[in-house]
Amino acid sequence: MGDRFVTRGFVGRRGAGSGSDAPSRLPPGQYLTTDFPVLSAGPTPRTPLEGWSLSVEGLVREPVSWSWDAFRSLPARDWTVDISCVTKWTKLDMRWRGVSVDTLFEAVDIDPTAAFVIAWSDGGYTTNLALGDVLNGQAFVAFEYDGRPLAPEHGGPARLVVPGRYFWKSAKWLRGLRIQREDERGFWESLGYHERGDQWREERYSGD
Amino acid sequence: MAGSIDWRLATIAAIRDETPSVRTFTLIVPDWPGHRAGQHLDLRLTAQDGYSVERSYSIATGPERGGAVDITVERIPDGEVSPFLHDVVVPGDRIEVRGPIGGYFVWEATFVEPLFLVAGGSGIVPLMAMLRHRKAAESGRPARLLASWREPEDIIYRAELDALGTLDDGLAVIHTLTRVQPPDWTGYRRRIDGAMLDEVLEPLGRDARSYICGPTNLVETVADALVRLGLPPDRIRTERFGPTGT
Repeated sequence: MGDRFVTRGFVGRRGAGSGSDAPSRLPPGQYLTTDFPVLSAGPTPRTPLEGWSLSVEGLVREPVSWSWDAFRSLPARDWTVDISCVTKWTKLDMRWRGVSVDTLFEAVDIDPTAAFVIAWSDGGYTTNLALGDVLNGQAFVAFEYDGRPLAPEHGGPARLVVPGRYFWKSAKWLRGLRIQREDERGFWESLGYHERGDQWREERYSGD
Repeated sequence: MAGSIDWRLATIAAIRDETPSVRTFTLIVPDWPGHRAGQHLDLRLTAQDGYSVERSYSIATGPERGGAVDITVERIPDGEVSPFLHDVVVPGDRIEVRGPIGGYFVWEATFVEPLFLVAGGSGIVPLMAMLRHRKAAESGRPARLLASWREPEDIIYRAELDALGTLDDGLAVIHTLTRVQPPDWTGYRRRIDGAMLDEVLEPLGRDARSYICGPTNLVETVADALVRLGLPPDRIRTERFGPTGT
C-alpha cells in the first residue's frame, strides 16, 4: 500500500508551538516533545560508582577498562543534539556532557577488519551499531544531561548517545563497547527492530 | 524476524466509552498476522496534502480475537491524534495501522510462573490483553492484577475486570483508589508502595513473572520495590509512558 491513503477528516496540528526551523529537523513519522520520556524494558539497574567500569574490548590489541574516576578524567565536551525515539517522539537541542567515542577508541588499537560495535549495559541490554556510525564525532558516552548528573532512569551513571540513530541505539547504563568483525543483533534488534535504525530513513522495524 | 511490517487499511467496526476520557476502538485489520498479548501497533493519520502523523497504541485484545483488534485510547486534551480519534472518527472510517510491534513485554499462557500485573491508569491496556488471553486459554495459574486509579470513574474495563476477578480461576483483581473512594470502599486508598506490593504479591511468591505498565514514576517505584522484594530482575518487564518530571 502506498502513502497516499487520506484519513477522512484529518487535518493535523502541524507541530504547533515549536520553533520555525523545527519541521525540517523532524524525521518522518515523528512528533516534537518538550518532555524527556523514559522507556526501558525492565527495572533500572543501580550500580555503585565504586563497582562501575567502562571497557573497550573485542577486536583490539589490548582491551582497556576505565574506572569511574579514570573515565571522568578523560577529555569531555558539551553536545547539543536532537534525539528521536522509535516510539515517535523527537526532542530538539538536548544538552549533554560526555566523552566522544573517538576519545575512547584512541586508547586501543582496533583491528582493521573490525566493522561493528556491540554496546552492552548493566541489566543485560545490548545494541549493535556499524563501527562507521559511531566514529568521527557521531557518538559519545554521556554522564550529564542539562547540567546535572545523568539520572538512573535516563541511563546514569553513563549512557551511549548516538544522535543519528533511533534512541534505542543509545544504550543506557553503558558498561562496554565490544568491537567485532561480524554484526550481531542486540536486544531490540532480535525482537523485530531495525538493524541500523536511521530515523531519517524511518528504519523502525526489521524490513523497513 | 523476516519480512517487513506492512501498513494495512483497517476499518473501525465499533467505538465504546470506557470512562469519560477513555474509549475503545475495534479495528478490523485485513490479513492481520496475529499478535501476542502485550504487543502494540502503529497507527498513521494522513491529511489531504500528505501531512501525516504516527502513534503507537497497545493492543487490548488477546491473540484469540485475531484481526478484530481493540485499542483503548485516552483523550489527551492538547494531543494531536487522540482528540481526532475521540472526536472525529466514527464506525466505518478507515485508518492505516501496522503491527504487531514489540516482542519483550509479552505474556503467553504457556508461561508456567505465577503472573503479577501492575497497572497505573491506562497502563492497564496491554495487561488486559494478557488477562483476556489467560481466560481464553483457560490457564488457571495463579495471577493477580494490582491497578492504581485516582477515582472510581477512572477505572477502565471495570465490569469486565469485576467479572474476571470473580471467576474463581486463580485470578485476583485488586484496585487502589488514590484520591477519591466510594463511602463503602474497603480496598487500598494510597499510591502503590513497597508494603502494598509485598502484601499483594505474597500469595504468588517470589517466582512470579511481573509486568508493569503505567506512568514512569509508578513503573520506577514498582520495579525498584519488586527488585528489593527479591524478584529476579529479568522476570520484571516494564512499559512506561510520560516524562520523569526531573
